Amino acid sequence: MKSMILRYLHAYLIGGLGTVFALSMASVSAEDLHIAVAANFTKPIKQLKQVFEGNSKHRVIISFGATGQLYTQIKHGAPFDLFLAADMKRPKMLVDDGMAVAESLLTYAVGKLVLWSPQALDLQANVLRLGKFNHLAIAHPKMAPYGTAAKQVLEKLELWQTLQGKIVRGNNVSQAYQFTATGNAELGFIALSQYKAIQGNSRGSHWIVPEQMYDPIQQGAVLLKKGQNNPLAKAFLAFLKSPLARQMIEELGYVEPNLS
Amino acid sequence: MFDIPINWSAVWITLRLATITTLVLLLLSTPLAWWLAHTKCWCKSTIEAVVSLPLVLPPTVLGFYLLITLSPNGPIGNLWQSLTGGHLAFTFSGLVIGSVIFSLPFAVHPLQNAFVAMGQRPLEVAATLRASPLDRFFTVAVPLARPGFLTAATLSFAHTVGEFGLVLMIGGSIPGKTQVLSIAIYEHVEMVEFQQAHILSGGMLLFSFIILVTLYSINKRLY
Repeated sequence: MKSMILRYLHAYLIGGLGTVFALSMASVSAEDLHIAVAANFTKPIKQLKQVFEGNSKHRVIISFGATGQLYTQIKHGAPFDLFLAADMKRPKMLVDDGMAVAESLLTYAVGKLVLWSPQALDLQANVLRLGKFNHLAIAHPKMAPYGTAAKQVLEKLELWQTLQGKIVRGNNVSQAYQFTATGNAELGFIALSQYKAIQGNSRGSHWIVPEQMYDPIQQGAVLLKKGQNNPLAKAFLAFLKSPLARQMIEELGYVEPNLS
Repeated sequence: MFDIPINWSAVWITLRLATITTLVLLLLSTPLAWWLAHTKCWCKSTIEAVVSLPLVLPPTVLGFYLLITLSPNGPIGNLWQSLTGGHLAFTFSGLVIGSVIFSLPFAVHPLQNAFVAMGQRPLEVAATLRASPLDRFFTVAVPLARPGFLTAATLSFAHTVGEFGLVLMIGGSIPGKTQVLSIAIYEHVEMVEFQQAHILSGGMLLFSFIILVTLYSINKRLY
């Protein structure tokens, strides 16, 4: 009786180990690339991934998130090869932490700020001065680069203090967009890339904020320690600098960074 | 560690929100739970399902739909605006409405169970002693269901204190108005201010623990 039990146990053990082994083999076919990407770059990165993968068997696996969250995760060992952030600060912090390769740091896109309303208004800085609205949505100035830029613009217009009672802060620029799109805020500072993605009849009105009113929203990419020896990682960074990639990024509402 | 600023405004808003939500919920849930405990209507299971919906719905889904319904373009937001001239999203009132919906099952279920467990007998006996229905309710049913009330109040309170996804969607994180404790902690982590996050989180953990210990010891004594 005992030997029979042992035999069954043996069989299950071998079967189980074999399955685990087979499964682990199946998931690592060719070399994969794991990228952590700031949420505002969702649309462009998906297009870039398709072009990069092309007909090869390599897979690019993307995780989206808020830049701050991704930074914290990477700092605590999250297994990414590359980090595409919404600012330069967090990639630089990772370099200082020793978790990223300093020479690989580059600006892959420059964001543009837009004041937007789904209603058809005559949108200029004056609308902000007149203050005939209940809520103005911005991304959180301390957490999101688009929020920092919005705050700088309002400070330049000397309206930051006056409008305090009307400003609502979204978690990130996507939330600022949600608040405005649902009508809870009449106006919102959003990204040009978001404005460009709006379908025809909800376009409303917009004001492309002059660049000199805020610090450039430079989005930085960096090679992480884990991806140091992954040839795909270096290839992707080089691809980001290529004219094709730059053109795609610009078409989606970013500005070409003029450094290499 | 003691010269690190603590976001007392967030603590205060959270406590106020939890208290007001709990009071509103007890007022609303008692008749509802009473009805559910005694009705033989065919619609009972549907109503019970609707009441339990916030249990299974992710808070962000609830927040998302609230964002759309509370908007001035939506029916409820429109009505509110014509009545009070104000908005619902980004306000404390909006948060109360959201929290009440979100914690409804936590208030209704314990009350309903307590009313059911009591059975008809005590009420029948009181009726034979010529107590009116209202009298029966307040002097017989409520005291007997006291553990249920306590559980309902504590769960609603604790659940509202821990609310995050809902407030994230409709709050707007306005310091002094809608920036609750869970949002403040989240923002500290996002800005890599881990010390402040530790202090606020530790405080919340301690507070929740004390509440639960108190609840369980009182409950034990009541039985």
